[in-house]
Amino acid sequence: MRHLLGIAGWRRDELEALLDRAQTHLPGGPDASHVLRGRVVANLFFEDSTRTRSSFEVAARRLGADVLNWSYAGSSVSKGETLLDTARNIEAMGPAAIVIRHRSSGAPGLVARHVKCAVVNAGDGAHEHPSQALLDAFTLRQRWGRLDGRTVLIVGDVLHSRVARSNLLCLKALGARVVLCGPPTLLPPGLEEMGGEVSHHLDAVLPQADAVMCLRLQTERMSEAFLPSQREYSRLFGVTPARAERMKPDALVLHPGPINRGVELSPVVADGPRSVILEQVANGVAVRRAILEACAS
Amino acid sequence: MTPVLFQRARVIDPRNGVDGVRDVLVMDGRVAQVSEGPLPAPKDARVVDATDQWLVPGFIDLHVHLREPGEEGKETVLTGCRAAVAGGFTGVVAMPNTKVVNDSALVTELVLSRARDAALCHVYPAGAITKGLKGEELSEAGELIGAGCVALTDDGRPVMNAGLMRRVLQYATQFDVPVMVHEEDLTLSAGGAMHEGATSTRLGLRGIPSSAEVAMVARDLVLLEETKGRLHVAHVSCEGSVRLIREAKKRGLRVTCEVAPHHFTLDDRAVGDYDTHAKMAPPLRSDVDVRALREALVDGTVDAIATDHAPHGVSDKLVEFEKGINGIVGLETALGLTLALVHEGVLTPRRAVELLSDGPARVFGLPGGHLAPGAPADITLVSPSEEWTVDAHRFYSRSRNTPFHGRTLKGRVTQTWVGGRCVFEDGQLKESR
Ligand SMILES: [Zn+2]
Repeated sequence: MRHLLGIAGWRRDELEALLDRAQTHLPGGPDASHVLRGRVVANLFFEDSTRTRSSFEVAARRLGADVLNWSYAGSSVSKGETLLDTARNIEAMGPAAIVIRHRSSGAPGLVARHVKCAVVNAGDGAHEHPSQALLDAFTLRQRWGRLDGRTVLIVGDVLHSRVARSNLLCLKALGARVVLCGPPTLLPPGLEEMGGEVSHHLDAVLPQADAVMCLRLQTERMSEAFLPSQREYSRLFGVTPARAERMKPDALVLHPGPINRGVELSPVVADGPRSVILEQVANGVAVRRAILEACAS
Repeated sequence: MTPVLFQRARVIDPRNGVDGVRDVLVMDGRVAQVSEGPLPAPKDARVVDATDQWLVPGFIDLHVHLREPGEEGKETVLTGCRAAVAGGFTGVVAMPNTKVVNDSALVTELVLSRARDAALCHVYPAGAITKGLKGEELSEAGELIGAGCVALTDDGRPVMNAGLMRRVLQYATQFDVPVMVHEEDLTLSAGGAMHEGATSTRLGLRGIPSSAEVAMVARDLVLLEETKGRLHVAHVSCEGSVRLIREAKKRGLRVTCEVAPHHFTLDDRAVGDYDTHAKMAPPLRSDVDVRALREALVDGTVDAIATDHAPHGVSDKLVEFEKGINGIVGLETALGLTLALVHEGVLTPRRAVELLSDGPARVFGLPGGHLAPGAPADITLVSPSEEWTVDAHRFYSRSRNTPFHGRTLKGRVTQTWVGGRCVFEDGQLKESR
């Protein structure tokens, strides 16, 4: 049993082994429905995310597990039950793994220190979203073979993005160069210490990129005065058809979804030939099967 | 009262320029004589052999949360006083942000009466600047000071309204008490859970920039200059604040400040893996800030070491980091952490003692802090090189929230004397009740 709390703490060879396992879980691969047969995987979602939850659920079921879905809505949390109370109650049902999504950074780690089963982080605050980073890396590896020497550009609200942090760590670990681009108010200090390069000028760095990863822009960032307007953001940091033209001919476009169409990514590009967005979704299930296999079996 | 003769102690009394082996005689609760040669023991006197120990003025902590009235599950005046004397403190200033705010003589008197019952150390209440700490209306400072408050503070919260801050600085000049401030611009710290820096980025926690503190220090120094008041800046945590205070002092402004042991010992990396025991306000800052605080302790910019002793229950810390309540207990680790700076060669023994005793006494105009004949016999005996390991479960405080559990410290309090009475000795309390 091992937890997956973040990409931090995993070595390159371990990450690659996980991605290799994921390869075997692609459609057409060997039957794996016995791996978690008779075991329970608990989905503990304190924050709505139909996509991630469904992806973990499908992954667990294809490994033969029973899935316990627990969601925040209508739970006893609103009546003052603490996170650890909830986790211990779920643990009492004997799951092999708890998959947890929480709005507070570090929440899965807190749970992991107090339960005996494996804990998989399905996204915590602005900290990490390791399964997303692994499926992104998997998708790029599928296209490129290896990530060494490639440049990946992550564009947008890095400050609030767990996807950006996990991807930065994961892509760096796998040998890629990572450039983070966005307005200064949305790029926190210390990204260089995590191995990233920082830019505020999309047009300057775009031609270097082998892949551009757009981050979802939350509309509340305007009211919090991180940004003057969505309009200005799109003009400065939106991946538009005109910008896509200036990218390397074979450069890829990724997005963790759901997309604000026309804000961080224009529909033409999202649905165009560069886009690997639907491959990301499909790969997500295979990668999550590998994660559950590694952690829960 | 039994006379006491301390023999062959290394007496460190910064105010009176003493640092050397002395005999100290205590009569009727006061220091009677400090002598370079051996003193004869009076009849019936208790004789304490203090060879190889430091005998210093009892420590005074300007910043302690005793939680009574209102949160007695975390601490009471009695348990707080026990922790204080176990840490070598003979006097503590009690913050007013209890769960009936100390904004009236009634609450002040309650705290003082609990302190009399405890009969362990001096408790000096601080009164609230504003009624209910709401930051709206001034509380009745005259009444509070009349009842025994030694300073005014809304600690726990800043006074965000500059106009109100200006007025309290003016108003307090008639009583000549310091206005003690918790400097935090809430619009800059909003939503923040730790210091803004590489660690907050890595952990994905919203950061609190240093400017949240420094901007308020700057504002209040401007107001101080205009009002000719007395400002005491609580728990200074960063380089920018230190720089402004140093410069203001040079210009002759009546500003003083304190630094907490955790801020000169730990930096933001102590948050590590979301350790809520490293969560406090102001937050643990960068290594650069820690270095600046240490320099300021040396050069006199800092007047006092104060613990910001903030007891909380286990469940307040066993939560998501963002939900964790700020603060750590500090009374029982303050000496060890301060002496670490001495053992590292940052502070001289004399300066360390000054920051724990004479400095705080001067800042709030409190009795004690020195050992001249006639001074109250508030005395701490220290075994400066004795190593011990912090065990939070053995604290006299009712709470255990500390990031220093398990840390080995060098320097331990062996005896604490208040008004000529031994209240703590060899790890045991000597309670009169
Ligand atoms: Zn404070």
